[in-house]
Amino acid sequence: MKVNQILMSGIAVLAAATMAVAAPGGGTVSGKVTYEGTPAKQKPIDMSKEPSCAKAHATPITTEAVVTGEGNTLENVVVYISAGAPDGATAPAQAVTITQRGCQYVPHLVALQVNQELKVVNEDQTSHNIHPLAKANREWNKSQPPGSPAFTEKFDKEEFIPVKCNIHPWMHSTFAVMKTSHYSVTAGNGGFTLPNLPPGKYTITAWHESYGTQTQDVTITGSETKTISFVFKAKPY
Amino acid sequence: MNTKVPSKWVLWLSALAILALPSAAAAQESHIGKLTGHASSGKELYRRFCIGCHGPRGDGQGENAPYVTPQPRNFVAATFKCRSTVTGTLPTDEDLFNAVTRGFNTTNMPSWEPLTPQQRADLVAYIKTFSERWKNEKPGTPIEVPAETAVTVESINHGKELFQKLECWKCHGPEGRGDGPSASTLTDSNDQPIRPYNFSVGTRFKCGTTNQDLYKIFITGVDGTPMPSFADVIKPNEAWDLVHYLRTLQVTRKGPESEFMKAKGGSTKAADKSGK
Repeated sequence: MKVNQILMSGIAVLAAATMAVAAPGGGTVSGKVTYEGTPAKQKPIDMSKEPSCAKAHATPITTEAVVTGEGNTLENVVVYISAGAPDGATAPAQAVTITQRGCQYVPHLVALQVNQELKVVNEDQTSHNIHPLAKANREWNKSQPPGSPAFTEKFDKEEFIPVKCNIHPWMHSTFAVMKTSHYSVTAGNGGFTLPNLPPGKYTITAWHESYGTQTQDVTITGSETKTISFVFKAKPY
Repeated sequence: MNTKVPSKWVLWLSALAILALPSAAAAQESHIGKLTGHASSGKELYRRFCIGCHGPRGDGQGENAPYVTPQPRNFVAATFKCRSTVTGTLPTDEDLFNAVTRGFNTTNMPSWEPLTPQQRADLVAYIKTFSERWKNEKPGTPIEVPAETAVTVESINHGKELFQKLECWKCHGPEGRGDGPSASTLTDSNDQPIRPYNFSVGTRFKCGTTNQDLYKIFITGVDGTPMPSFADVIKPNEAWDLVHYLRTLQVTRKGPESEFMKAKGGSTKAADKSGK
Protein backbone atom coordinates (compact mmCIF):
# COMPACT_ATOMS: atom_id res chain seq x y z
CA MET A 1 0.00 0.00 0.00
CA LYS A 2 2.84 2.33 0.81
CA VAL A 3 4.16 2.01 -2.70
CA ASN A 4 0.77 2.97 -4.01
CA GLN A 5 0.65 6.02 -1.79
CA ILE A 6 4.05 7.15 -2.93
CA LEU A 7 3.02 6.62 -6.52
CA MET A 8 -0.19 8.53 -6.00
CA SER A 9 1.55 11.46 -4.37
CA GLY A 10 4.14 11.37 -7.15
CA ILE A 11 1.41 11.64 -9.75
CA ALA A 12 -0.22 14.43 -7.80
CA VAL A 13 3.05 16.39 -7.74
CA LEU A 14 3.54 15.79 -11.45
CA ALA A 15 0.00 16.88 -12.21
CA ALA A 16 0.45 20.00 -10.10
CA ALA A 17 3.66 20.78 -11.93
CA THR A 18 2.11 20.43 -15.36
CA MET A 19 -0.93 22.43 -14.31
CA ALA A 20 1.32 25.17 -13.01
CA VAL A 21 3.04 25.51 -16.39
CA ALA A 22 -0.13 25.09 -18.41
CA ALA A 23 -2.02 27.64 -16.35
CA PRO A 24 -1.09 30.83 -18.27
CA GLY A 25 -3.21 29.61 -21.17
CA GLY A 26 -2.87 27.25 -24.07
CA GLY A 27 -1.67 23.71 -24.31
CA THR A 28 1.55 21.99 -23.43
CA VAL A 29 3.71 19.50 -25.21
CA SER A 30 5.91 17.51 -22.91
CA GLY A 31 7.72 14.21 -22.95
CA LYS A 32 10.98 12.42 -22.80
CA VAL A 33 13.96 11.79 -25.05
CA THR A 34 15.58 8.39 -24.91
CA TYR A 35 17.91 6.27 -27.02
CA GLU A 36 17.97 2.67 -28.11
CA GLY A 37 21.13 0.75 -28.88
CA THR A 38 24.56 1.33 -27.42
CA PRO A 39 25.86 4.89 -27.31
CA ALA A 40 29.53 5.51 -28.05
CA LYS A 41 31.64 5.25 -24.93
CA GLN A 42 32.82 8.72 -23.99
CA LYS A 43 36.59 9.10 -23.89
CA PRO A 44 38.45 10.32 -20.82
CA ILE A 45 40.05 13.73 -21.38
CA ASP A 46 43.78 14.09 -20.82
CA MET A 47 44.29 17.56 -19.35
CA SER A 48 47.94 17.04 -18.42
CA LYS A 49 48.89 19.85 -20.82
CA GLU A 50 46.76 22.18 -18.69
CA PRO A 51 47.69 21.41 -15.06
CA SER A 52 45.50 24.16 -13.59
CA CYS A 53 42.45 22.47 -15.12
CA ALA A 54 43.59 18.91 -14.45
CA LYS A 55 43.72 19.83 -10.76
CA ALA A 56 40.08 20.96 -10.87
CA HIS A 57 38.84 17.43 -11.50
CA ALA A 58 39.31 14.81 -8.81
CA THR A 59 38.54 12.09 -11.34
CA PRO A 60 39.31 12.63 -15.02
CA ILE A 61 36.25 13.83 -16.90
CA THR A 62 35.07 12.44 -20.22
CA THR A 63 33.88 13.95 -23.47
CA GLU A 64 30.24 15.03 -23.56
CA ALA A 65 29.19 14.25 -27.13
CA VAL A 66 26.59 11.82 -25.71
CA VAL A 67 25.38 12.23 -22.12
CA THR A 68 22.83 9.72 -20.87
CA GLY A 69 20.82 9.14 -17.71
CA GLU A 70 19.11 6.25 -15.97
CA GLY A 71 16.54 4.47 -18.11
CA ASN A 72 18.25 5.29 -21.41
CA THR A 73 17.41 8.97 -21.20
CA LEU A 74 19.32 11.42 -23.34
CA GLU A 75 20.64 14.73 -22.02
CA ASN A 76 21.48 17.91 -23.97
CA VAL A 77 18.74 17.48 -26.57
CA VAL A 78 17.18 20.71 -27.80
CA VAL A 79 13.44 20.22 -28.31
CA TYR A 80 11.80 23.15 -30.07
CA ILE A 81 8.92 24.20 -32.27
CA SER A 82 10.33 24.39 -35.77
CA ALA A 83 7.05 25.16 -37.56
CA GLY A 84 3.67 26.50 -36.53
CA ALA A 85 4.78 28.99 -33.91
CA PRO A 86 4.52 32.66 -34.86
CA ASP A 87 7.93 34.03 -35.88
CA GLY A 88 9.55 37.16 -34.57
CA ALA A 89 9.35 36.38 -30.87
CA THR A 90 11.17 39.17 -29.06
CA ALA A 91 14.32 38.12 -27.28
CA PRO A 92 14.16 38.01 -23.49
CA ALA A 93 16.07 40.79 -21.78
CA GLN A 94 17.94 38.38 -19.55
CA ALA A 95 21.26 37.06 -20.83
CA VAL A 96 22.15 33.38 -21.03
CA THR A 97 25.50 32.52 -19.49
CA ILE A 98 28.14 30.02 -20.54
CA THR A 99 31.06 29.51 -18.16
CA GLN A 100 34.47 28.05 -18.86
CA ARG A 101 35.25 26.10 -15.69
CA GLY A 102 37.90 23.43 -15.32
CA CYS A 103 38.50 23.62 -19.09
CA GLN A 104 34.91 22.58 -19.74
CA TYR A 105 31.89 24.50 -20.99
CA VAL A 106 29.23 24.75 -18.27
CA PRO A 107 26.58 24.04 -19.37
CA HIS A 108 27.76 21.86 -22.21
CA LEU A 109 25.12 23.31 -24.52
CA VAL A 110 23.46 26.72 -24.49
CA ALA A 111 20.10 27.44 -26.10
CA LEU A 112 19.13 31.05 -26.64
CA GLN A 113 16.94 33.17 -28.83
CA VAL A 114 17.93 35.21 -31.85
CA ASN A 115 19.31 38.55 -30.56
CA GLN A 116 19.30 37.40 -26.95
CA GLU A 117 22.49 38.25 -25.07
CA LEU A 118 25.00 35.52 -24.40
CA LYS A 119 27.37 36.17 -21.52
CA VAL A 120 30.73 34.41 -21.70
CA VAL A 121 32.60 33.89 -18.40
CA ASN A 122 36.09 32.47 -17.80
CA GLU A 123 36.58 31.16 -14.24
CA ASP A 124 39.80 29.30 -15.08
CA GLN A 125 43.42 30.19 -14.35
CA THR A 126 44.18 29.77 -18.03
CA SER A 127 43.39 31.58 -21.28
CA HIS A 128 40.56 30.37 -23.45
CA ASN A 129 39.51 31.44 -26.89
CA ILE A 130 35.82 31.26 -27.70
CA HIS A 131 35.38 30.37 -31.34
CA PRO A 132 31.82 29.80 -32.61
CA LEU A 133 32.20 28.17 -36.03
CA ALA A 134 29.14 29.93 -37.39
CA LYS A 135 27.99 29.66 -40.99
CA ALA A 136 24.73 31.64 -41.06
CA ASN A 137 25.88 34.02 -38.32
CA ARG A 138 29.14 35.95 -38.21
CA GLU A 139 32.14 33.85 -37.29
CA TRP A 140 34.18 35.52 -34.57
CA ASN A 141 36.96 34.35 -32.28
CA LYS A 142 37.88 36.07 -29.02
CA SER A 143 40.59 35.53 -26.47
CA GLN A 144 39.66 35.54 -22.77
CA PRO A 145 42.69 35.36 -20.46
CA PRO A 146 42.28 34.50 -16.76
CA GLY A 147 40.73 37.28 -14.72
CA SER A 148 39.40 39.19 -17.72
CA PRO A 149 35.80 40.38 -17.47
CA ALA A 150 32.86 38.54 -19.00
CA PHE A 151 31.76 39.74 -22.43
CA THR A 152 28.43 39.52 -24.22
CA GLU A 153 27.57 38.70 -27.81
CA LYS A 154 24.39 38.22 -29.85
CA PHE A 155 23.50 36.11 -32.86
CA ASP A 156 20.98 37.41 -35.37
CA LYS A 157 20.13 34.21 -37.26
CA GLU A 158 18.85 30.82 -36.15
CA GLU A 159 21.60 28.22 -36.24
CA PHE A 160 23.15 25.37 -34.28
CA ILE A 161 26.67 26.73 -33.94
CA PRO A 162 29.50 24.36 -32.98
CA VAL A 163 31.84 26.12 -30.55
CA LYS A 164 35.42 25.30 -29.73
CA CYS A 165 38.41 26.52 -27.82
CA ASN A 166 41.40 26.11 -30.11
CA ILE A 167 43.84 26.19 -27.18
CA HIS A 168 42.13 23.22 -25.50
CA PRO A 169 41.03 20.93 -28.34
CA TRP A 170 38.79 18.79 -26.09
CA MET A 171 36.48 21.73 -25.34
CA HIS A 172 33.31 21.63 -27.45
CA SER A 173 29.96 23.31 -27.02
CA THR A 174 26.95 24.28 -29.08
CA PHE A 175 25.13 27.59 -29.20
CA ALA A 176 21.60 26.67 -30.26
CA VAL A 177 20.20 29.95 -31.58
CA MET A 178 16.40 29.69 -31.76
CA LYS A 179 13.94 31.69 -33.84
CA THR A 180 11.14 30.61 -31.52
CA SER A 181 10.65 31.24 -27.81
CA HIS A 182 9.28 27.69 -27.43
CA TYR A 183 12.26 25.46 -26.71
CA SER A 184 13.52 23.20 -23.98
CA VAL A 185 16.85 21.48 -23.34
CA THR A 186 16.66 18.02 -21.78
CA ALA A 187 18.36 17.46 -18.43
CA GLY A 188 19.58 14.13 -17.07
CA ASN A 189 16.05 12.69 -16.96
CA GLY A 190 15.56 13.37 -20.69
CA GLY A 191 12.42 15.39 -19.98
CA PHE A 192 11.19 18.46 -21.85
CA THR A 193 8.19 20.77 -21.57
CA LEU A 194 6.92 23.30 -24.09
CA PRO A 195 4.16 25.25 -22.31
CA ASN A 196 1.81 28.10 -23.32
CA LEU A 197 1.01 26.91 -26.83
CA PRO A 198 -2.05 28.49 -28.41
CA PRO A 199 -4.29 26.07 -30.35
CA GLY A 200 -2.74 25.10 -33.67
CA LYS A 201 -0.67 22.58 -35.53
CA TYR A 202 3.01 22.41 -34.60
CA THR A 203 6.11 20.63 -35.78
CA ILE A 204 8.31 19.67 -32.84
CA THR A 205 11.98 19.04 -33.59
CA ALA A 206 14.49 17.32 -31.32
CA TRP A 207 18.16 18.01 -32.05
CA HIS A 208 21.16 16.16 -30.64
CA GLU A 209 24.78 16.99 -31.46
CA SER A 210 25.72 13.39 -32.29
CA TYR A 211 22.42 11.90 -33.42
CA GLY A 212 20.95 14.65 -35.57
CA THR A 213 17.28 15.65 -35.68
CA GLN A 214 13.85 14.06 -35.42
CA THR A 215 10.49 15.73 -35.93
CA GLN A 216 6.89 15.06 -34.90
CA ASP A 217 3.66 16.89 -35.64
CA VAL A 218 1.34 17.79 -32.77
CA THR A 219 -2.04 19.49 -32.82
CA ILE A 220 -3.14 21.51 -29.82
CA THR A 221 -6.85 22.27 -29.53
CA GLY A 222 -7.25 23.70 -26.05
CA SER A 223 -5.36 23.66 -22.80
CA GLU A 224 -4.49 19.98 -22.86
CA THR A 225 -1.07 18.44 -22.36
CA LYS A 226 0.15 16.27 -25.20
CA THR A 227 2.83 13.78 -24.35
CA ILE A 228 5.26 12.76 -27.07
CA SER A 229 8.55 10.95 -26.95
CA PHE A 230 11.63 10.91 -29.13
CA VAL A 231 13.84 7.85 -29.47
CA PHE A 232 17.26 8.25 -31.05
CA LYS A 233 19.20 5.32 -32.44
CA ALA A 234 22.58 5.19 -30.72
CA LYS A 235 25.57 3.79 -32.54
CA PRO A 236 28.46 2.39 -30.52
CA TYR A 237 31.06 4.10 -32.74
CA MET B 1 -6.40 31.08 -64.76
CA ASN B 2 -7.11 33.46 -61.92
CA THR B 3 -4.41 35.89 -62.86
CA LYS B 4 -5.51 39.08 -64.54
CA VAL B 5 -2.05 39.97 -65.78
CA PRO B 6 -1.87 39.40 -69.55
CA SER B 7 0.82 36.92 -70.57
CA LYS B 8 2.42 39.61 -72.75
CA TRP B 9 3.09 41.63 -69.59
CA VAL B 10 4.60 38.64 -67.84
CA LEU B 11 7.03 38.28 -70.72
CA TRP B 12 7.91 41.97 -70.51
CA LEU B 13 8.39 41.79 -66.76
CA SER B 14 10.68 38.77 -66.94
CA ALA B 15 12.68 40.45 -69.68
CA LEU B 16 13.06 43.48 -67.41
CA ALA B 17 14.13 41.26 -64.54
CA ILE B 18 16.83 39.67 -66.67
CA LEU B 19 18.02 43.11 -67.75
CA ALA B 20 18.03 44.29 -64.16
CA LEU B 21 20.37 41.52 -63.00
CA PRO B 22 23.58 42.75 -64.65
CA SER B 23 22.82 46.31 -63.66
CA ALA B 24 22.44 45.22 -60.04
CA ALA B 25 25.88 43.59 -60.27
CA ALA B 26 27.27 46.75 -61.84
CA ALA B 27 25.95 48.69 -58.88
CA GLN B 28 28.47 46.77 -56.76
CA GLU B 29 31.42 49.05 -56.32
CA SER B 30 34.57 49.26 -54.26
CA HIS B 31 36.15 52.45 -53.00
CA ILE B 32 39.86 52.53 -52.28
CA GLY B 33 41.17 56.05 -51.80
CA LYS B 34 40.29 57.88 -55.01
CA LEU B 35 39.78 54.65 -56.94
CA THR B 36 36.32 53.27 -57.68
CA GLY B 37 36.24 49.62 -58.65
CA HIS B 38 33.42 48.15 -60.74
CA ALA B 39 32.25 44.57 -60.40
CA SER B 40 31.40 44.38 -64.12
CA SER B 41 35.06 44.95 -65.06
CA GLY B 42 36.23 42.82 -62.13
CA LYS B 43 34.26 39.85 -63.43
CA GLU B 44 36.37 39.55 -66.59
CA LEU B 45 39.58 39.81 -64.59
CA TYR B 46 38.30 37.26 -62.08
CA ARG B 47 37.48 34.80 -64.85
CA ARG B 48 40.98 35.21 -66.20
CA PHE B 49 43.09 35.23 -63.03
CA CYS B 50 41.13 33.92 -60.03
CA ILE B 51 38.58 31.37 -61.22
CA GLY B 52 41.08 28.48 -61.30
CA CYS B 53 41.31 28.34 -57.52
CA HIS B 54 38.37 30.38 -56.19
CA GLY B 55 35.89 28.87 -58.66
CA PRO B 56 33.14 30.30 -60.87
CA ARG B 57 30.81 30.68 -57.88
CA GLY B 58 33.50 32.16 -55.63
CA ASP B 59 33.10 29.31 -53.18
CA GLY B 60 36.77 28.34 -53.24
CA GLN B 61 35.98 25.19 -55.22
CA GLY B 62 37.87 25.98 -58.42
CA GLU B 63 39.49 23.41 -60.66
CA ASN B 64 42.81 23.63 -58.79
CA ALA B 65 41.30 23.75 -55.32
CA PRO B 66 41.77 20.05 -54.46
CA TYR B 67 45.51 20.47 -54.90
CA VAL B 68 45.83 23.67 -52.90
CA THR B 69 46.66 23.91 -49.18
CA PRO B 70 45.45 25.94 -47.40
CA GLN B 71 42.18 25.92 -49.30
CA PRO B 72 41.36 28.92 -51.49
CA ARG B 73 39.23 31.53 -49.75
CA ASN B 74 35.48 30.94 -49.96
CA PHE B 75 33.98 34.34 -50.84
CA VAL B 76 30.45 33.05 -50.28
CA ALA B 77 31.19 32.45 -46.58
CA ALA B 78 32.79 35.93 -46.50
CA THR B 79 35.08 35.20 -43.55
CA PHE B 80 38.33 37.07 -44.11
CA LYS B 81 41.68 36.70 -42.40
CA CYS B 82 43.28 40.08 -42.87
CA ARG B 83 41.09 42.88 -41.58
CA SER B 84 41.51 46.24 -39.92
CA THR B 85 38.01 45.66 -38.48
CA VAL B 86 36.91 43.81 -35.33
CA THR B 87 36.52 40.04 -35.33
CA GLY B 88 33.38 38.73 -37.03
CA THR B 89 32.82 41.83 -39.17
CA LEU B 90 33.39 42.37 -42.89
CA PRO B 91 36.72 43.88 -43.91
CA THR B 92 36.97 47.28 -45.57
CA ASP B 93 37.50 47.57 -49.33
CA GLU B 94 41.01 48.70 -48.57
CA ASP B 95 41.69 45.54 -46.51
CA LEU B 96 40.66 43.39 -49.49
CA PHE B 97 42.66 45.56 -51.89
CA ASN B 98 45.76 45.19 -49.70
CA ALA B 99 45.26 41.42 -49.47
CA VAL B 100 45.03 41.06 -53.26
CA THR B 101 48.05 43.32 -53.70
CA ARG B 102 50.17 41.59 -51.06
CA GLY B 103 49.19 37.98 -51.69
CA PHE B 104 49.30 35.46 -48.85
CA ASN B 105 52.77 34.42 -47.85
CA THR B 106 53.28 30.65 -47.34
CA THR B 107 50.12 29.93 -49.38
CA ASN B 108 49.38 29.55 -53.10
CA MET B 109 47.90 33.04 -53.31
CA PRO B 110 50.44 35.22 -55.11
CA SER B 111 50.82 38.98 -55.03
CA TRP B 112 48.71 40.66 -57.72
CA GLU B 113 50.78 43.80 -57.78
CA PRO B 114 51.42 43.30 -61.53
CA LEU B 115 47.78 44.27 -62.12
CA THR B 116 47.02 47.97 -62.14
CA PRO B 117 45.47 49.47 -58.99
CA GLN B 118 42.26 50.03 -61.00
CA GLN B 119 42.15 46.35 -61.94
CA ARG B 120 42.66 45.29 -58.33
CA ALA B 121 39.91 47.66 -57.23
CA ASP B 122 37.60 46.12 -59.86
CA LEU B 123 38.41 42.65 -58.53
CA VAL B 124 37.57 43.72 -54.99
CA ALA B 125 34.19 45.01 -56.22
CA TYR B 126 33.51 41.69 -57.95
CA ILE B 127 34.59 39.53 -54.99
CA LYS B 128 31.94 41.32 -52.93
CA THR B 129 29.14 40.11 -55.23
CA PHE B 130 29.52 36.48 -54.10
CA SER B 131 28.05 36.89 -50.61
CA GLU B 132 24.73 38.40 -49.55
CA ARG B 133 26.53 39.70 -46.48
CA TRP B 134 27.84 42.66 -48.48
CA LYS B 135 24.24 43.71 -49.18
CA ASN B 136 22.97 43.20 -45.64
CA GLU B 137 25.93 44.35 -43.56
CA LYS B 138 28.37 47.21 -43.55
CA PRO B 139 32.11 46.60 -43.08
CA GLY B 140 33.21 46.85 -39.47
CA THR B 141 34.73 50.05 -38.10
CA PRO B 142 38.51 49.93 -38.48
CA ILE B 143 40.32 49.70 -35.17
CA GLU B 144 42.36 52.69 -34.07
CA VAL B 145 46.09 52.12 -34.13
CA PRO B 146 47.78 54.78 -31.96
CA ALA B 147 51.23 56.15 -32.83
CA GLU B 148 53.94 53.59 -32.15
CA THR B 149 55.71 53.94 -28.81
CA ALA B 150 59.51 53.92 -28.45
CA VAL B 151 61.43 50.63 -28.48
CA THR B 152 62.88 50.33 -24.95
CA VAL B 153 64.00 47.53 -22.64
CA GLU B 154 60.89 48.15 -20.55
CA SER B 155 58.66 47.90 -23.60
CA ILE B 156 60.24 44.63 -24.77
CA ASN B 157 60.16 43.10 -21.29
CA HIS B 158 56.57 44.11 -20.75
CA GLY B 159 55.75 42.60 -24.13
CA LYS B 160 57.36 39.39 -22.96
CA GLU B 161 55.20 39.41 -19.83
CA LEU B 162 52.10 39.81 -22.01
CA PHE B 163 53.24 36.94 -24.22
CA GLN B 164 53.31 34.80 -21.04
CA LYS B 165 50.14 36.18 -19.45
CA LEU B 166 47.99 36.00 -22.59
CA GLU B 167 49.40 32.51 -23.21
CA CYS B 168 50.45 33.22 -26.79
CA TRP B 169 53.02 30.48 -26.17
CA LYS B 170 50.33 27.80 -25.89
CA CYS B 171 50.31 27.77 -29.69
CA HIS B 172 53.29 29.88 -30.80
CA GLY B 173 55.73 28.19 -28.39
CA PRO B 174 57.77 29.60 -25.50
CA GLU B 175 60.30 31.09 -27.96
CA GLY B 176 57.83 31.77 -30.73
CA ARG B 177 58.89 28.78 -32.79
CA GLY B 178 55.32 27.69 -33.47
CA ASP B 179 55.78 24.63 -31.24
CA GLY B 180 53.51 25.28 -28.25
CA PRO B 181 51.61 22.46 -26.52
CA SER B 182 48.42 23.14 -28.52
CA ALA B 183 50.18 23.70 -31.86
CA SER B 184 49.79 20.18 -33.21
CA THR B 185 46.03 20.06 -32.56
CA LEU B 186 45.04 23.23 -34.41
CA THR B 187 42.54 23.20 -37.26
CA ASP B 188 41.01 26.03 -39.26
CA SER B 189 37.27 26.54 -39.64
CA ASN B 190 37.18 24.03 -42.51
CA ASP B 191 38.68 21.39 -40.18
CA GLN B 192 41.97 21.51 -42.06
CA PRO B 193 45.20 21.35 -40.02
CA ILE B 194 46.85 24.72 -39.62
CA ARG B 195 50.16 25.78 -38.06
CA PRO B 196 50.72 28.73 -35.79
CA TYR B 197 53.19 31.31 -37.10
CA ASN B 198 56.81 30.47 -36.39
CA PHE B 199 58.50 33.75 -35.47
CA SER B 200 62.03 32.33 -35.56
CA VAL B 201 61.80 31.77 -39.33
CA GLY B 202 61.09 35.46 -39.71
CA THR B 203 59.03 35.20 -42.90
CA ARG B 204 56.45 37.83 -43.78
CA PHE B 205 53.16 37.55 -41.92
CA LYS B 206 50.13 36.56 -43.99
CA CYS B 207 48.59 39.93 -43.23
CA GLY B 208 51.45 42.31 -43.91
CA THR B 209 54.99 43.28 -43.02
CA THR B 210 54.89 46.43 -40.90
CA ASN B 211 54.58 46.86 -37.14
CA GLN B 212 51.12 48.35 -37.77
CA ASP B 213 50.14 45.14 -39.56
CA LEU B 214 51.41 43.02 -36.67
CA TYR B 215 49.44 45.21 -34.25
CA LYS B 216 46.26 44.67 -36.29
CA ILE B 217 46.79 40.92 -36.59
CA PHE B 218 46.52 40.14 -32.89
CA ILE B 219 44.05 42.90 -32.04
CA THR B 220 41.51 41.93 -34.74
CA GLY B 221 42.36 38.22 -34.87
CA VAL B 222 42.67 36.12 -38.00
CA ASP B 223 39.07 35.04 -38.67
CA GLY B 224 38.56 31.49 -39.91
CA THR B 225 41.68 30.32 -38.02
CA PRO B 226 42.39 29.51 -34.35
CA MET B 227 44.01 32.94 -33.85
CA PRO B 228 41.54 34.93 -31.69
CA SER B 229 41.04 38.64 -31.30
CA PHE B 230 42.75 40.28 -28.30
CA ALA B 231 40.92 43.58 -28.74
CA ASP B 232 39.13 43.36 -25.38
CA VAL B 233 42.12 42.23 -23.35
CA ILE B 234 45.11 44.35 -24.46
CA LYS B 235 45.34 48.11 -23.91
CA PRO B 236 46.55 50.11 -26.94
CA ASN B 237 50.01 50.97 -25.58
CA GLU B 238 50.51 47.50 -24.18
CA ALA B 239 49.85 46.21 -27.68
CA TRP B 240 52.92 48.10 -28.92
CA ASP B 241 54.99 46.43 -26.18
CA LEU B 242 53.84 43.06 -27.47
CA VAL B 243 54.71 44.10 -31.04
CA HIS B 244 58.23 45.03 -29.92
CA TYR B 245 58.72 41.74 -28.10
CA LEU B 246 57.36 39.66 -31.00
CA ARG B 247 59.86 41.34 -33.32
CA THR B 248 62.73 40.17 -31.10
CA LEU B 249 61.49 36.58 -31.62
CA GLN B 250 62.13 36.99 -35.34
CA VAL B 251 65.80 36.27 -34.73
CA THR B 252 66.75 36.17 -38.41
CA ARG B 253 65.07 39.45 -39.28
CA LYS B 254 66.92 42.76 -39.26
CA GLY B 255 64.87 45.49 -37.70
CA PRO B 256 65.04 48.29 -35.15
CA GLU B 257 64.01 45.91 -32.36
CA SER B 258 66.71 43.34 -33.09
CA GLU B 259 69.27 46.12 -33.61
CA PHE B 260 68.23 47.47 -30.25
CA MET B 261 68.61 44.04 -28.68
CA LYS B 262 72.04 43.64 -30.23
CA ALA B 263 73.12 46.95 -28.75
CA LYS B 264 71.81 45.82 -25.38
CA GLY B 265 73.70 42.56 -25.44
CA GLY B 266 71.93 40.32 -27.90
CA SER B 267 69.19 38.50 -26.06
CA THR B 268 66.06 39.13 -24.07
CA LYS B 269 67.84 37.55 -21.13
CA ALA B 270 70.51 40.21 -21.34
CA ALA B 271 67.76 42.79 -21.59
CA ASP B 272 66.23 41.28 -18.45
CA LYS B 273 69.52 41.71 -16.60
CA SER B 274 70.05 45.26 -17.77
CA GLY B 275 66.45 45.99 -16.84
CA LYS B 276 67.04 44.90 -13.25
